[in-house]
Amino acid sequence: MAAVTETIDTVNAVNDGGYKYGFSTDIEMEFAPKGLNEDTVRYISAQKNEPEWLLEWRLRAFAVWKTMEEPRWSSAKYPPIDYQDAYYYAAPKEKIGPKSLDEVDPELLRTYEKLGIPLREQEWLAGVQPEGRMPVAVDAVFDSVSVATSYKDRLAKEGIIFCPISEAVQEHPELVRKYLGSVVPQGDNFFAALNSAVFTDGSFVYIPKGVRCPMELSTYFRINAKSTGQFERTLIIADVGSQVSYLEGCTAPMRDENQLHAAVVELVALDDASIKYSTVQNWYPGDANGKGGIYNFVTKRAACRGKRSKVSWTQVETGSAITWKYPSCILQGEDSVGEFYSVAIANNWQQADTGTKMIHIGARTKSTIVSKGISAGQGQNTYRGLVRISPRAKGARNFTQCDSLLIGDKCGAHTVPYIENRCMTAKTEHEATTSRIAEDQLFYCRQRGLSQEEAVGMIVNGFCREVLKELPMEFAVEAQKLLQISLEGSVG
Amino acid sequence: MLKIDNLSATVDGKAILNGISLEVPNGEIHAIMGPNGSGKSTLSYVLAGRDGYEVTGGSATFNGQDLLAMEPEGRAAAGLFLAFQYPVELPGVGNANFLRTALNSIRKNRGEPELDAMQFLKVARARMAALSMPEDMLKRGVNVGFSGGEKKRNEVLQMALLQPKLAILDETDSGLDIDALKIVADGVNAQRGENFSALVITHYQRLLDYIVPDRVHVLVKGRIVKSGGPEVALELEKDGYASVQEAA
Repeated sequence: MAAVTETIDTVNAVNDGGYKYGFSTDIEMEFAPKGLNEDTVRYISAQKNEPEWLLEWRLRAFAVWKTMEEPRWSSAKYPPIDYQDAYYYAAPKEKIGPKSLDEVDPELLRTYEKLGIPLREQEWLAGVQPEGRMPVAVDAVFDSVSVATSYKDRLAKEGIIFCPISEAVQEHPELVRKYLGSVVPQGDNFFAALNSAVFTDGSFVYIPKGVRCPMELSTYFRINAKSTGQFERTLIIADVGSQVSYLEGCTAPMRDENQLHAAVVELVALDDASIKYSTVQNWYPGDANGKGGIYNFVTKRAACRGKRSKVSWTQVETGSAITWKYPSCILQGEDSVGEFYSVAIANNWQQADTGTKMIHIGARTKSTIVSKGISAGQGQNTYRGLVRISPRAKGARNFTQCDSLLIGDKCGAHTVPYIENRCMTAKTEHEATTSRIAEDQLFYCRQRGLSQEEAVGMIVNGFCREVLKELPMEFAVEAQKLLQISLEGSVG
Repeated sequence: MLKIDNLSATVDGKAILNGISLEVPNGEIHAIMGPNGSGKSTLSYVLAGRDGYEVTGGSATFNGQDLLAMEPEGRAAAGLFLAFQYPVELPGVGNANFLRTALNSIRKNRGEPELDAMQFLKVARARMAALSMPEDMLKRGVNVGFSGGEKKRNEVLQMALLQPKLAILDETDSGLDIDALKIVADGVNAQRGENFSALVITHYQRLLDYIVPDRVHVLVKGRIVKSGGPEVALELEKDGYASVQEAA
């Protein structure tokens, strides 16, 4: 904890209230030629030394993608994206997948130093367990390549696989082949198809039967190179009776162009398995005038295939110029449980269109949705959610709560909940509120000595409490700080 | 010392304070009494720096510092504390977290070391016991679901923790039963000393039986129409505000 606070203070001291992760790292990079065609797909596949089946899988995805149109149904407004004007593969020139810290470019390590949580702990990467603290295993993805995975050996003793997906393709092809695309098929949507064609790296996790993962698993994503999209693919499989908690963090340098991030995350939970997936998303949101920033167009979906399986999504979305993201649960197994806890901030010119889908198929499936949207500046925040209950889902339950907080008078909050209930014995509940930070609340805090920024931070954190308490401790501290930083200058 | 000189202020363009002059030397407790709408709460908000209260003339200094030029948090740091007539609810914000953050920001300003969670709890528990406050009030949201009496006690708790040099108590007695009133009054009396002064705003003489003021000022239509010792409050209690209102 002390280290966390210290680092946050250091980061705050260095920066002047803007985006905290806006530095870029000067590393020799290797790029695929600009643009996207079949050759790009082949190039990526060849770089990763992939088996034939995966190349074909990618090519099928690319063929589907070409026939699809970019979805424009979200409330986000942005100019057309030129998919030919971007690099689809960028990798540090270092050889792929260094096995120890000594092999990692020191410049890269300095980047991690600057990044802070969760990679601020150099020892995490070095695989040294800090005394008296739960270890966190980290996989770091830098542009298109996973550069370091820590604690691998210790995890391997439990039979847990935690490695870059490119490595899993080589080492555990049977698992990858069985589950890749089984939750989000190649042609699921425009961005998922694009990702399937050109995904570069990401994390792979397999927790064997009956194993409780002894530590938090974490992936850190960083877009560094210019004009580069990041298309990572994450696949997590929790076998029967297993448990895992996984954290994801992301940052990018400040650039005045928009960069595309189109990730796919697939989770599979078998009988009695449980997966907790937490995200603190802090991609560069663009400047105060809405220039630059990441387009965060992400497909995340979990299949609760097994009986009594459980998947819990927690997300804190503070960054990105545009967020288009609906982490969902397909509740197939009887008595399976899906949860979605979300905080999304739209400040300045940010646009967030986010929510979840809970698809109830199995009997007595349960889902909980708690969404907290905060709009400030000219920000536009939309909750978009679907609760679908099939005729078979007897006794299914859903509870949805959507709260919006407005700061200032030029922002917007929108709630678009769809509920489709085809089962007589199912119950759904929906609650929604919209509120403002009241002047008397701010004055009360300031009268007690808090600055305006601290007061806003405190009130916003209070508003988000139900979601923040779902985050693992170390992340919760960072998230609280992030919320405050993201809203600096939004009042007064 | 708090020195208010010919202070005028408007709210929404309407003149509420019409030239108030008042001095509260360090170590003294002054009471301000007056009928509804006389400007008592406005005076407290103007001194604390609330938005929407526009000063149109005069001055207010505290130990030589120009109060009116400071941000609300700066005034708090300078030692000014306002116990709210209607304490504000902060949903989801834990009372302990709020109190500790407030205390630490004030301590930082005084150049004192910040308290960690354990040190804070120790101090807070002791103060709460003195105010007969159950400990679970630390865990609850700030003022959320508090009864009227609990809210007022929470204000006095904050005052006890923050150790201000000047406390303005805006109708802290309203909504309190007699036992709670005594507890709150004890909390204020415990602060009495050379480095503590207070402005006690109240409708009723009752509170002044427990917090005995050095001076009593009567505010009518934004002006002080009468000042004197504690006996002024007793006269008002007997004759009502009608007599002084005529004087205004």
